[in-house]
Amino acid sequence: MFLLHEYDIFWAFLIISSIIPILAFLISGVLTPIREGSEKLSSYESGIEPMGNAWLQFRIRYYMFALVFVVFDVETVFLYPWAMSFDVLGISVFIEAFIFVLIPIVGLVYAWRKGALEWS
Amino acid sequence: MIIDMTEVQAINSFSSSESVKEVYGLISLFIPILSLILGIIIGVLVIVWLEREISAAIQQRIGPEYAGPLGILQAIADGTKLLFKEDLFPSRGNIRLFSIGPSLAVISILLSYLVMPFGYRLVLADLSIGVFLWIAISSIAPIGLLMSGYGSNNKYSFSGGLRAAAQSISYEIPLTLCVLSISLLSNSLSTVDIVEAQSKYGFWGWNLWRQPIGFIVFLISSLAECERLPFDLPEAEEELVAGYQTEYSGIKYGLFYVASYLNLLVSSLFVTVLYLGGWNLFIPYIFIPELLVKNQMVVVFGMTMGIFITLVKAYLFLFISITTRWTLPRMRMDQLLNLGWKFLLPISLGNLLLTTSFQLVSL
Repeated sequence: MFLLHEYDIFWAFLIISSIIPILAFLISGVLTPIREGSEKLSSYESGIEPMGNAWLQFRIRYYMFALVFVVFDVETVFLYPWAMSFDVLGISVFIEAFIFVLIPIVGLVYAWRKGALEWS
Repeated sequence: MIIDMTEVQAINSFSSSESVKEVYGLISLFIPILSLILGIIIGVLVIVWLEREISAAIQQRIGPEYAGPLGILQAIADGTKLLFKEDLFPSRGNIRLFSIGPSLAVISILLSYLVMPFGYRLVLADLSIGVFLWIAISSIAPIGLLMSGYGSNNKYSFSGGLRAAAQSISYEIPLTLCVLSISLLSNSLSTVDIVEAQSKYGFWGWNLWRQPIGFIVFLISSLAECERLPFDLPEAEEELVAGYQTEYSGIKYGLFYVASYLNLLVSSLFVTVLYLGGWNLFIPYIFIPELLVKNQMVVVFGMTMGIFITLVKAYLFLFISITTRWTLPRMRMDQLLNLGWKFLLPISLGNLLLTTSFQLVSL
């Protein structure tokens, strides 16, 4: 990874931009007052005592959307190399790419009909 | 003895010159980065000020007016205030996730400025993967939001974080497909090449006219990626208090604000680069004689003009998104997901196929 000198500036930029939040935390750590209190540190729940833990089960819908997302995201990533050499590859590869796009579209229609894209 | 001394001196001078060269190399690597970050920070401060002034004008208020002339220093005053505020950790939360969350959001969004061209040859790194780097890196930010929502151990924060993740993954696919259509047109992912491909016919050569559907889809999805009204469900005040930011205070709260404004700026800059011809003027390319190109003053003037034109176009889009904030009501969660999956995704897929067919005809 470090052999690509084109990306040297990327690593430099990554280092500098990681310094920004660290610097902000350090400065505020020096400047801010600390007055702790058990009431102050309890989590906010509209002013009443927090009931139970927040780390609990949540809607299955989020998983459904994440699954459909993974399918389409991988599909788009595969389409990028094709788009880059589009003028070289010509019409036969266009038809292949079209079939490739068609398969996830069928999947989308299936997910739609099965109600995976419904929120309620 | 004498020979030894000279040898040592020679070695010393050699190594010192090497180290000087190395230091010089490091400086030449870091100075552009630091100046870019300085520019970005100033840009963000200007956006905060603009947002407050425009919001005030729309709501017929006066807006900030005491800090500096016309309240220009208001954003700096706010940031300094946040720096002095106590930094609370929720007692039941996960402290590590709680701190990493906002930092990850800021870092990942800041990194996407790496490929942002402000003028011809005025780009930090003209990578061949260009726009793809932005797409790849900008999808790290929702992980940071999810982390902070989970690490707070608060029901509002957790719901907010989940919503943020669901929203940004839903709108990422239309965004990616629009960028794919653009890169098909210019046959390159490099941002500089994409702008160069639009420079031929002035105003009419911009991708806006070749990709009208893609432009609208890109605009809507980038607004949703920035989590601004009408898509600000993750921090919907009436339902979730402040979403994933509920437990945050002090500078970490400020970091979330910095991240959201950075995201807004980078989105409008990418609208400029992808659809509005970047640093190109409205009029077609004016022929500059060879003699003038070598003149240092002309080069500097051209660079300044490039930065100026890019920023004017970008801030036009910022103005539109700020006015949208006070024009449209917030959507419901099901409406948001329906718009993403059942409207924008099929339309952007159709746009991609349409673009490829046109490209095939023109081959």
